[in-house]
Formats: sequence, C-alpha cells, structure tokens
Amino acid sequence: MRLSARLIGFGAGMVFAVLLSGCATSKNNPNDPLEGFNRAMFSFNEKVDQVALRPASTIYKTLLPSFVQTGIGNFFGNLGDVWTAVNNLLQGKVEDGMSDVARVMINTFAGLGGLIDVASDANLPKHHEDFGQTLGKWGVGSGPYVVLPILGPSTLRDTVALPVDWTGDPWIYTTPVRVRNTGIVVRAVDQRASVLDATKLIDEVAIDKYEFMRDAYLQRRRSQVLEDKNQPEEPGQPDDLNKGGNAKEESASGDWQDVDDSSAKPPEKQPEDKPASVDSAAGDWVTVDDSNAKPSENQPAVGKVSAAPSATPGTAVPPKDANSKTEPSTGTQPGQPTPR
Amino acid sequence: MNILKKLFAAAIACSVMSFAPSASAQVEPPDALIKRISQDVLDSSKADREIQRGNRKRIRALVETKVLPYVDFQRMTQLAAGRAWNTATPEQRQRLSSEFRDLLIHTYAGALTEVRDQKLQMRPLRASPSATSVIVYTRVVQPGREPIDLNYRLYKRADGWKIYDVSVLGAWLVQTYKGTFASEISKSGVDGLIRTLAEKNRRLANNR
Repeated sequence: MRLSARLIGFGAGMVFAVLLSGCATSKNNPNDPLEGFNRAMFSFNEKVDQVALRPASTIYKTLLPSFVQTGIGNFFGNLGDVWTAVNNLLQGKVEDGMSDVARVMINTFAGLGGLIDVASDANLPKHHEDFGQTLGKWGVGSGPYVVLPILGPSTLRDTVALPVDWTGDPWIYTTPVRVRNTGIVVRAVDQRASVLDATKLIDEVAIDKYEFMRDAYLQRRRSQVLEDKNQPEEPGQPDDLNKGGNAKEESASGDWQDVDDSSAKPPEKQPEDKPASVDSAAGDWVTVDDSNAKPSENQPAVGKVSAAPSATPGTAVPPKDANSKTEPSTGTQPGQPTPR
Repeated sequence: MNILKKLFAAAIACSVMSFAPSASAQVEPPDALIKRISQDVLDSSKADREIQRGNRKRIRALVETKVLPYVDFQRMTQLAAGRAWNTATPEQRQRLSSEFRDLLIHTYAGALTEVRDQKLQMRPLRASPSATSVIVYTRVVQPGREPIDLNYRLYKRADGWKIYDVSVLGAWLVQTYKGTFASEISKSGVDGLIRTLAEKNRRLANNR
C-alpha cells in the first residue's frame, strides 16, 4: 500500500511539474498547450532511447532466439491481461472482460504460466485496456497532450491514471526486489524490441517526429476510448475532418470475419443473420443513416467474443475538409499523377 | 390471353431485375476491393523472401502494380494540405501530391517487410448502394500480439472506388500529416513543404 501511495504521489508531482512548466512555455497549437515542455521531454526521451533502450533492445532482438522473446512477451502480456480484464469490466464490457479472465486462466495453466499464448489460438484475442481508457469511457476528457519522462506520449488524464495502472500491475508485487526490478527492465526492453522496426519507419517518414508522434498518439488514444462508445467525438478535440463535410460517409459495423482463405464467405452474405432493417429487395446492403446513432442496439452480439468495435457509424466522419467543398467535383482532378 | 400477357410482363420484369444487379456490380464494391488488394499484397509478401528481406525494388514494384491504381493521392494530399490547397497553383499541387505519394509509398513498403504469418480479418460493410464515401475496417491478426487495425476511407469516382486515407492503429494518415503540413507551410509556404518532402524522399532513396 505504501508503494501505491508513493506512486500516486509521484504521479501527482509529475502532473504538477508538467502544469508548471507548461504554463511558462505554451505555444500556439491549441491541441498542445504544453508544447514547450513536451518538446523538451521528447528530446530527452529520444536521447535516452538512443543511448540505452534502443541499443539494449537491438541486442535483445538479435541475440535471443525468437521463441525466447515470444515467451517473455507472452509472460508479461499474460500478467497485463489481468489488468485489462479489470478495466474491461470497469467499463461495462463484460464479454470482453470475461474473455480476458478466460485468457489468463488458460494461458497460466495450459500455457506454462503464460509463456505460451494458447488462448489466442482458442479464439480468445488479446485486448489492451488501461485505466486511462476506463476514465475516458466514463466521460473524462483527455486533457492536453503530455510527454512523460522515459514513459513517452500521454495525456493529462492518462498521466493521472498511470499510478492506478501501476498498482494494477501484478508484477510489481513480486517479492524479491531484485527479481522485480530485473523483470521491469526485461519487460521494457522486450516492449521496445517489439516496435524497433516501426519506430525506425517513423524516423524515416516523419517530417517532424514530435508532431507526427503527437498527432498519431492522440488519434489512437481517442479511437481506443471511442471504439464502441457511440459518440461522435470527444469534446475539445478539434478535428477539421469532422467539420463541415457535405458527403455522407458510411462504414462497416459487423463482426470480424477471417479473410484468410478463398472459401471465406463474401461479405454480401452477412446481413442476413442480422435483424437490422433490411429494406431493399436485394438484401445485399443495409442502409446506415446518420440519424441511426446506435445501430448496435439492433444487432445482438453475434459470435462469442468479438474484439470489434460494435458501433461505428457514430465515429464515421464526413471526409471533406470544410474548406475544400468545391473539390473534387469541380474537375480539379486531372487524373492520377503517373508513377515514376 | 390476359394471363399470358401478365406472365410475359412478369418475365420481362424478372429479367430486368436480374440484370440490374449485374449492371451495378460492374463497379467493384469498396469492401471487396480492399479485401482483394489486401489479400493479394499479403499473399505476395508472404511468398516472396526478397520482400521480407526488405528488397525495396521488389516491394515498390508490388505496391505499384497492386495498390497504386486504387489510391487517389491527389485527394489525400489535398486533405492533408487543408486550406493551402485552395491557393496552390496547379503545378504546386502536382508536385506536392507527387512528393507526398513517394513518401507514403515508402511508408507502406516499410510496413510490408513486417508481414510474416499475419492473417487478415474484415468486417462486412454496411452502406447503402448510393453511398459515395465509406470506411472499410480490416484487422491484421498476429499470434501473441494485439491485432493491428487497418482502416480505409474510400470514395466513389467515375472509374471506381478509390482509397484516400488509411488508418493504422487508430491514427489516420492524412490527419497525422496534416499538422506537420500546416506548420511547414506556415514556416516556408507550399514550396517550402514541397522542398522538405523532396529532400526527405531523396535521403530515403539514397539510404537503400
């Protein structure tokens, strides 16, 4: 308990420090009032990554046999699933939560203490939910973007939630402190190693890496919170693509289907097992009205455990920019640029 | 006689109705399109050792033949550039789209080298036949890791459905580049952005 108190204290101190320095150095981006502080933290993190984390995880990735890496990833992933289960239940996603509980049971007992992810093969997919997402689900706005030392991109809400996540991490209760600390480092290296190629790619393609990471992170977090919340957008998140569009966008909302072999049923067949309003004679397509805000209600959850967001038209956004209404209908599309 | 007439009319009606769907089916539905492209690309990369090893030439050839015909880079660039697009000259638009396209191809090619034993999942599309803009949701499932969500925005053009935005793990590419584009343009104008992109592409090309 004393540990959690210390963590919460640390978190609160961090928030305070962030607020303090953020006030002094706010820049003009409304999405990112703490940009000055964040950029400083970002370059600090980049340095740490460059001299410690990246070299360590590169060695880890090249030296260790891949089955060992998979085992390590699975082991800590299994521990993490416990907290994911708790958060899914806190968010009222009972089905997902029970699936996570089943995952942990199966992987712990049938998967050698979590080293082998047998549950994934048993059609119990891995989820990830943390307390920040739970708060978001409960209606707490994300607040400004915050880059935390070492830990990287976050938001104010997620920073506040972080100490709770730490207390929900079973590994920190491991008793010999040396084993615990070693585990924490190994887990960090393993996680870093799993995204080595992805971060290399970001390094290559981002024009301003800080902005790229920020904009991608904020969108990703928002989508994680909104995935099945039936609400268009989190308030306070300016998104030009959502405003003033005049084209209606429609999107899928069924359960996930495997597409791994040619014998898979074409999607046209699917609406028949849904009681959704099929009004056309053909029956191939189901109209998704903008006004139909909660289509999930006419769709009982089919399939056992679906990781799929159950209702997406709420998040569907008109594609056009407010200032580009005249395009492309005005003939400003002289065809595709020819590939060189 | 009357009955015969009715039957005849019914037969005509039936034949018209049965032809109608096939006429509209000439345009490949967006979800079918995405499914075909994804499956095609996944299969090709799984089968090709050179691609997994990161042979850029091979990857680029794959992307150019299988994916490029279905992507509207101009529209993508237009959305990413936002307001500045309206004031840009046709030549600037052309060059900006072309540089952005090269960068995106590089991004996509880099992601392709990661393909190993992934499987693809899709959700059935529900949209009215009159829809002109849709989102298609796909998911790449990999053992032991969280699945990767890959979503596509498509719109209907005279020559079929075209992709104009992609989201990886919940982040839409256009939106992600939008901020960078805006700050680059405010610093040094559209030409400055074009120069930056061109410089980036040159460096990426030299790296390999």
